[in-house]
Amino acid sequence: MKYRVRVWRQAGPTAPGRLVEYEIDDVTADMSFLEMLDVLNERLQLAGEDPVAFDHDCREGICGACGVMIDGVAHGPGKATTTCQLHMRQFDPADPIVVEPWRAAPFPVVRDLVVDRSALDRVIESGGYISTRAGAAPDAHALPVPKLDADTAFEAAACIGCGACVAACPNGSSMLFTAAKATHLGVLPQGQPERYTRARNMVEAQDDLGFGGCTLTGECTAVCPKGIPLTAIARLNRDVLSDAMRSA
Amino acid sequence: MALTLQRGSLGRQGFPCRLWASSVGKKVVMAVTGGILLGYVVAHMVGNLTIFFGDIDGYGVFLRELLSPVLGYGGFVWVVRVVLLLAVVLHMTAAVQLARRAARARPVGYARRPKVQGGYAARTMRWGGVILALFVVYHLLDLTAGVLNPHGVEGRIHANVVADFQHWYVVAAYTLAVVALGFHLRHGMWSALRSLGKAPGASSAAALIVAVGITVGFLAVPYAVLFGIVR
Repeated sequence: MKYRVRVWRQAGPTAPGRLVEYEIDDVTADMSFLEMLDVLNERLQLAGEDPVAFDHDCREGICGACGVMIDGVAHGPGKATTTCQLHMRQFDPADPIVVEPWRAAPFPVVRDLVVDRSALDRVIESGGYISTRAGAAPDAHALPVPKLDADTAFEAAACIGCGACVAACPNGSSMLFTAAKATHLGVLPQGQPERYTRARNMVEAQDDLGFGGCTLTGECTAVCPKGIPLTAIARLNRDVLSDAMRSA
Repeated sequence: MALTLQRGSLGRQGFPCRLWASSVGKKVVMAVTGGILLGYVVAHMVGNLTIFFGDIDGYGVFLRELLSPVLGYGGFVWVVRVVLLLAVVLHMTAAVQLARRAARARPVGYARRPKVQGGYAARTMRWGGVILALFVVYHLLDLTAGVLNPHGVEGRIHANVVADFQHWYVVAAYTLAVVALGFHLRHGMWSALRSLGKAPGASSAAALIVAVGITVGFLAVPYAVLFGIVR
């Protein structure tokens, strides 16, 4: 089958970019979206042109490296799906597919579809960890965790840090990412000592990095490949508010 | 166990400053001030409905006589006005600052961007808020100051209201504003609960019911006058 794609091409961080249309033959419906881009890049290289730069790693939906805006939807039309797990059968060959990088001030474009998402690492550094005594591993059942807490923590821990929430948010907010980390650590006993300072510091960090504020539009959770729920954001807000009142 | 807790630069400031400095804190301020304004809107709507059941001019006098031994005649009304003004200023300041922050966070937009998830109410919070602010100015000039009212006699609330809503364009303006209020409340109430850290299960349906109830309650009076039910 023949597909048409309109891909954002930008030679470098400060270079001007534009959408360039390509026609790609020999794409099968069973190819993944990234395989379609691979086919395009082989053609471009054979023609002596620069291939389209895009981030990818595991190609099995668990690493968080891939992720582009496809027809204006982060990770494309698949529900709870990363770009690498999306298949060409989801697209109508009659319509050109618009492919753009994540757009947010804290995510500067490096080249073509690749953005620098290290701002999310800065948010993690500000509180997305627990401080614990190193040494012999504790007994498996030394620290009981209620089943519901374990489930809530696990659901939040599924976040792969792909940045789709930021890309989809009309405010360019990283709240769903930050809330996933604060929930993952904040409901477990190991995360309790730093729970409130973690919430405060991570929100402060994302504010300082230039992310927008959350207005609970729900765009983030609609595109999240791991289905992190909006209730995580309410939980983060509660911890930030508790922190402010505790140290008042 | 030695824990090194990071203390942010905000750690030494007082509670209000700390709250205001954070994007989450500004949403808390908006939730609380929004709650105050919602409480007023409900009381206002109930007061309006006295036009069907009793003497709305007498209700106006009743409000001015409330706590008059302490505050003097009309003192209660002024206390309410000051509280509302403070709430509106805080609510709007936080909204403008967050909107500007959001604009800075996405300097380059998308070439293609369909609406995905956010409902109409969520998407129109900012411009809906602007419509409401402009309406409040008109409404105060109309039925509080009486300047823009066709009758416009102070204390003659019933006569002023009836004179207003004879005109279809006044009813249309009020309808636009009240519907905007309904949408604003529909997302606002739901969102405010989450800003305050609560996510009760039925809050979406509850917000819709309250928003529709307030919209209908406010529209009852203009349409009752327009169709001659209230003369």
